[in-house]
Amino acid sequence: MNNLEQRKFVIIAAFVIIGIIFLIQLFSIQVIDDSYVSSADNQALRFVTKYPSRGIIYDRNGEILVLNQAAYDLMVVPGQVENIDTTLLCEILDITLDEFESNIDRASSYSKYRASIFKKQMTASEYAQLAERLYQFPGFYGQKRSLRIYPDSVAAHVLGYIGEVNQRQLDLDSFYRSGDFIGISGIEKQYETMLRGERGREVLMVDVHNTVQGKYENGELDVDAKSGYNLESTIDLRIQKFGEQLMRNKKGSIVAIEPKTGEVLCLISSPTYDPNLLVGVKRAKNYALLSQNDSLDPLFNRALMAKYPPGSIFKLIQSLIALDEGVISENTGFTCNKSLVGCHNHPSANSIKEAIQMSCNPYYHQLFKRLINRGRSKSYFEDSALGLEHWTERVTAFGLGQRLALDLPNLKAGNVPSVELYDRIYGKRRWAFSTIYSLSIGQGELEVVPLQMANLAATIANKGYFIDPHLISNIQNLDSNLPWEHHETGIDAGYFEPVIEAMQWVVEKPGGTARRARIDGIEVCGKTGTAENPHGKDHSVFIAFAPKENPKIAIAVYVENAGFGGTWAAPISSLLIEKYLTDSISDTAKQNQIIRADLISLEDVYED
Amino acid sequence: MRTKQSIFQDIDWIMVAIYLVLVAFGWISIYAATFDEQHRDILDMTQNHGKQMLWIVLAIVIATAILLLDHQFFETFAYAIYGISLFLLLAVLFVGSEIKGAQSWFVLGPISFQPSELAKYGTALALAKYLKVHGSKFKEMRIKLISLCIIFLPAILIMLQPDVGSMLVFAVLLVVLYRQGLSGWIFILGFAAIFLFVIALFMKQFSWEISSETSIAGSWLFLSLLASLCGVIFYFLRKSKGSLLIILGSYLASLGYYLSVDFVFDHVLKPHHQNRINELLGIVSDPLGAGYNVHQSKIAIGSGGFFGKGFLQGTQTRFHFVPEQSTDFIFCTVGEEWGFLGSVVLVSLFVFLMARIIWMAEKQRSEFTRIYGYCLASILFIHFTINIGMAIGLAPVIGIPLPFFSYGGSSLWSFTVLLFTFIKLDSERKFVLR
Repeated sequence: MNNLEQRKFVIIAAFVIIGIIFLIQLFSIQVIDDSYVSSADNQALRFVTKYPSRGIIYDRNGEILVLNQAAYDLMVVPGQVENIDTTLLCEILDITLDEFESNIDRASSYSKYRASIFKKQMTASEYAQLAERLYQFPGFYGQKRSLRIYPDSVAAHVLGYIGEVNQRQLDLDSFYRSGDFIGISGIEKQYETMLRGERGREVLMVDVHNTVQGKYENGELDVDAKSGYNLESTIDLRIQKFGEQLMRNKKGSIVAIEPKTGEVLCLISSPTYDPNLLVGVKRAKNYALLSQNDSLDPLFNRALMAKYPPGSIFKLIQSLIALDEGVISENTGFTCNKSLVGCHNHPSANSIKEAIQMSCNPYYHQLFKRLINRGRSKSYFEDSALGLEHWTERVTAFGLGQRLALDLPNLKAGNVPSVELYDRIYGKRRWAFSTIYSLSIGQGELEVVPLQMANLAATIANKGYFIDPHLISNIQNLDSNLPWEHHETGIDAGYFEPVIEAMQWVVEKPGGTARRARIDGIEVCGKTGTAENPHGKDHSVFIAFAPKENPKIAIAVYVENAGFGGTWAAPISSLLIEKYLTDSISDTAKQNQIIRADLISLEDVYED
Repeated sequence: MRTKQSIFQDIDWIMVAIYLVLVAFGWISIYAATFDEQHRDILDMTQNHGKQMLWIVLAIVIATAILLLDHQFFETFAYAIYGISLFLLLAVLFVGSEIKGAQSWFVLGPISFQPSELAKYGTALALAKYLKVHGSKFKEMRIKLISLCIIFLPAILIMLQPDVGSMLVFAVLLVVLYRQGLSGWIFILGFAAIFLFVIALFMKQFSWEISSETSIAGSWLFLSLLASLCGVIFYFLRKSKGSLLIILGSYLASLGYYLSVDFVFDHVLKPHHQNRINELLGIVSDPLGAGYNVHQSKIAIGSGGFFGKGFLQGTQTRFHFVPEQSTDFIFCTVGEEWGFLGSVVLVSLFVFLMARIIWMAEKQRSEFTRIYGYCLASILFIHFTINIGMAIGLAPVIGIPLPFFSYGGSSLWSFTVLLFTFIKLDSERKFVLR
């Protein structure tokens, strides 16, 4: 029996061996192999991105230009979808069974255990229908997003639009994740880092039925989303809206600036579009329609990108430079000799004021000749080159030929011709004043964008300086001084007096070219222009500021193919000035005539 | 002859303490497994943990009652209890209720009762009593056969329910016979049979491609290898005439067994058994189907790490990823919330308890108590091995509870009765004559 009693050791050994085997296996799966931890997290934890709401953009009076609207992405975790009533889900979502299958396949090919988007950007009301039945569809849940909404449907070119990031942007900036929105144009692009805010995260625990069971670790790992900063823009919703209305069925643009501050009051490019068209899922389709199927190219921002010859408004700069250089005095007269440059019928100008008021072309031809050929060299060619070099420098000081510091992307610099340009075209010493004289009246190689014209008006209103034109005056809750700089033209303030006086005559005196810009009770100073257009009817230009004393608004209106500047551009300016200064319109007949005018169809008639 | 002063005199308090620790640890785990914010109350009777608290209180009453009984009671009524349990096992086949595919429960209103629990106890008592009387003549074939009958009669009745898990509990009582003198070869043969069974299942899937046209099926390859092995063994033992016969015989037996595996596997085992075995051996992997339970169980335990996620912090068990988590897969809660440390404590407690029972059994003057102790240790051992083994993917999924730990009054009480009978018998060891 003793022998058999020893068998207790065999049996106890068996118990211990099994225990050790268990501990080895436990050590291996609990301590060595960490794949079980991630499997557990994948199953029981749901990482929900909390999207920040994008910053709101206000106008200068606190009116909302763009805000957010709740939308929902329907997310799916394919591995958790089981035993659902597919037909019912398709019915609620209004999709076909095929679409359902292909969406699920697409999601599965990304990951069976991670969420991907099943249906994008459902509106709050669409989602509400689904939300109350969501418990019937394990594996599906709603992810709150926000879409832009433009309550007044205005300022599309200023505000710009947002869209989902593309692969290139994802590669460039690790901030973004697939499906995020990013500003693509306008203020949305320029102020993207301010507007976007910061994503938050919520870690939730879900049970085997994918029902949320509460916050993981009592929410210690959660991060709140940080909303984007709200922006206060300088735009005045009233005149932005009114200007867009006036420009209906016309091609061109309007830019208005508050001279003292450089704040852009309105920035209009026509034709425009309803910014609400480029929101959410319909963006891609509408973008294609706007960019390809519309010959008028409504997405093109003419105010910043369309380069035009300035035409007669350039005579203001010529006058100021000539006075400051001392090549003429206030009372210098030139006969209206139409031999070299054409002119309309008017008495000869006996002063700079009359020259401006009557916009005499031969006067400026002679004035420009004095500016260019100053006898600095015996060679006529050399002298012209030296003269032009200096002239270019002085013109550039008005913000021409350079990209202004406006806070919008894709701004064009325009062109102020330089010695290098003509050397390149004609060869060194192969050109002289006689080659470039059309610059005298704002034609030739000169190119400006409407913003620069408005900035010119503001510079004159300020009698010699301008502040960088800008659209954003304040970023709410952020201490930062926006970098708007002061620029001097170098023209003595005194020389502006006669020019401004003449600009008032342009509007008010009999024989002034912009009589249609008159407003009772407001002293408007302006200058018309009619830019030659080799492709069709001339462009109508008008720049102005008002009131004469302590100007509040400087404006440039450019209407393509509208003919003489006084006919269309001047009255449009005056309406906007009146609206801005008095918030009313005295001459509703003028207003209605302009709103009704269809200059686009007119152009078509001319082209036929 | 001395007389006892108190029923608590000479009780092995260490075993009682382990019992209480296991029961308490089990109850905490059930609380964690069923916990949700709406049912925080530890005594909420609509929840498993609330009910388990009641079962525990009743189990302690039962334990005390057993200690109050006269120690002669167990030996005296051993055969009677065995007889009653056989009768109930027979009756349950006709009037029992089917739960989870096995006709193994009597349901009377709110009370349900599993006669196989009583049968474990009855069989242990009957075996102890029979071997106490006839153990000295265990070498006789007749005694061996009767012992085997005592074990396998209830096992066969349970197999008819069918309840594979409970049946295994009876098979483990062979350990008791081993101590009594049954040859160890029977276990070696048993392991060889399991080994062959596994090989056969693997070889079914395997074939050796010699060229694109000819391939040798895995089975033929294995049988040829086995034959060569026998040939080699015979070469070394060629001087012993009898060895040829033995080697040839065992080869033929293996061959027959091997060929029968296919048949047994495909026709005797139910599809869910086939799946569980295939899954365990890694022949097929289907984490969302047959392998779901074990896959989830391993994730829960594995994600616990070294220190565990902490009490009530287990996401996998609390949120029902693991099925049957307060009964068969209760170990997941321990693994997830208490980590490797908690698992070591639990496994060690069980191993220590079982080893102590064997140790104590050998100290007995009474053959009855000693043999009963071996029965108890074996029964605990098989539950422990299968239950934790399946939770960590080392044993096939067989639904048997973890003693003292799993939720359920029936199993808690039956293990309480089994253990406290031994504690009672042991406390009398100084007063009994051989």
